[in-house]
Amino acid sequence: MDLLQNLATGLTAALTLQNLAYCFVGCFLGTLIGVLPGLGPVATIAMLLPATYTLPPTAALIMLAGIYYGAQYGGSTTAILINIPGESSSVVTAIDGYQMARSGRAGVALFTAGVGSFVAGCFGVLILAAFAVPLAEVAFEFGPTEYAALMILGLVGATVLSSGSLLKAIGMVIIGLLLGLVGTDTNGAPRYSFGVQELSDGIGFVAIAMGVFGVAEIIGNVEKDESRGTPVAKITSMWPTRVDIRRMIPAIIRGTSIGAFFGILPGAGAAVASFSSYAVEKKVSSRPEEFGHGAIEGVAGPEAANNAAAQTAFIPLLTLGLPASATMAMMLGAMTIHDIQPGPQVMSSDPALFWGLVVSMWIGNLILIVLNLPLIGIWVRLLTVPYRVLYPAILVFCSIGVYTVSNSSFDIYLVCIFGVLGYLFSKLQCEPAPLLLGFILGPLMEENFRRALLLSDGDFSVFLRRPIALVLLVITGILLLSILLPAIRRTREKAFAEV
Amino acid sequence: MKIRNRTDFAAGLLYLAVGAFAAFIASGYTMGTAADMGTGYFPFWLGVLLAAIGLAVCASSVVPGTATNKLSSWHWKSLAWVCVSLLAFALMFESAGMVLSIFALVLISSLASGAQRWKGAMVNACILNVICYSAFVWLLEIPLRIWPLGWF
Repeated sequence: MDLLQNLATGLTAALTLQNLAYCFVGCFLGTLIGVLPGLGPVATIAMLLPATYTLPPTAALIMLAGIYYGAQYGGSTTAILINIPGESSSVVTAIDGYQMARSGRAGVALFTAGVGSFVAGCFGVLILAAFAVPLAEVAFEFGPTEYAALMILGLVGATVLSSGSLLKAIGMVIIGLLLGLVGTDTNGAPRYSFGVQELSDGIGFVAIAMGVFGVAEIIGNVEKDESRGTPVAKITSMWPTRVDIRRMIPAIIRGTSIGAFFGILPGAGAAVASFSSYAVEKKVSSRPEEFGHGAIEGVAGPEAANNAAAQTAFIPLLTLGLPASATMAMMLGAMTIHDIQPGPQVMSSDPALFWGLVVSMWIGNLILIVLNLPLIGIWVRLLTVPYRVLYPAILVFCSIGVYTVSNSSFDIYLVCIFGVLGYLFSKLQCEPAPLLLGFILGPLMEENFRRALLLSDGDFSVFLRRPIALVLLVITGILLLSILLPAIRRTREKAFAEV
Repeated sequence: MKIRNRTDFAAGLLYLAVGAFAAFIASGYTMGTAADMGTGYFPFWLGVLLAAIGLAVCASSVVPGTATNKLSSWHWKSLAWVCVSLLAFALMFESAGMVLSIFALVLISSLASGAQRWKGAMVNACILNVICYSAFVWLLEIPLRIWPLGWF
């Protein structure tokens, strides 16, 4: 069967000692940083991206994927132990996980989170492996018109499911698109570079990401959070009882399905997946009053959901070249830097790379569960580092990191400027994630629009006449309309209200 | 007309300003037609759309019934010290080398936090130098100037 053969190709590519080592390093670094609150996967990937430049493309992607999953796992560890979610998708885990820890069941909670994530991850990889090929065949039907429509869907999808006002999120997307257009256009004419030579190649992707996410976060956090040496609940045995296992398993299965679904949709992400899973678990439970006080399903379901979403989020990226979230946009940026254009061509032109990446995702999940369970004590000790020591370290890594991208101090100035801008955005309650997505897709969108209209000789109705494009635009319309339904709005508010 | 949601109003103004600016600059480039887009076509219309959205956001913030929302205050101290530290690093890194730049960055940015003392910041800078050296220079073999020209 084709699937098995592809997986075999992947195994031979992934199981080299070198790639395994990079997978391990990626998982380790990712967990290390995911454990630190405030430094999410997007900032982590931005910081560690320069480290992958010297690596061959397959190894670089494997390491980045490891970092991504590691960050997800690490986030749940702190959420459970000290009620500080490492990143947005572990917010839900903190609700019941911390309660379990306070009643002395921290070990069981951590174990549940780990196992739930592992099972979901395996399932997610299978979906990815199974659907990659058929999805790629469909992708060949896509011309520039369809791609342009798909990108509109992707960008709108990202805004619909981001927190805050829809209009403001669309505004951020457009600012991102405009920033992406800075530099030189396809005809070679300079655009928005105002005579600054370093801008003639466009704004550095790492600079903008580090500035808007990393530096802006620091500026906001420094005065807010002085004491970070919060007491840690004591860790007891981690083995669950038989009752625990019986309650865990259905929650994990439900969570995996929810997560797998949300991960594929553009714009939805691990956070929405985990919140939906929590809501579902509470609804189907025979003991809903336990939720909020240490119900094991409240940890198992959301953790499975967020990891399954993390896996399937790679599907639109790898098969169609469309990032489903800001994190995927970073991965897309990383691939472009390594001269890989994700899309159906990657699967046929470099199958070892593609399937190697898919298989190493599974290996990454395995490594993560091996790492997380025994090393929990060490991760937690990191959290006792006071923020006043931590944030200069983050600034140092960001600065040197962005310098190494193009050996230019100009990029550090950009980080500073975008840091201020990012701070401004956070004060105005404008989400930065849609901006990053718009930034990545800006030049691509213009290119596809240009070609689509060139082919149709300026006729805009081509978007409605071609079936796939029409379907995509209709889905976009439905997504936009759904924002007006109160039920959706309530879910969004619940998903992103401050915990 | 009472501005109820101030953050949204400010955001709307920002979008309006950026959109208008972008469209204005773009109109100076070759526009072309839809079938044959010039340099300025796509960004111009994006700018116009952004400005329109800005107006809409401003409008939504004055509609009666909107929740009131005050502008939160800015942490000027953190902003200033973090920016100065980054600028110092950017200025120093290529000429003065990694070690001095890291010291500058850590010491200046530590001024942003009221809780940090000089000794702690110095120790932090030393440790970071060791980590950065091992990671960037030794492990990843990236060519970086460590000390100013002429030292060592």
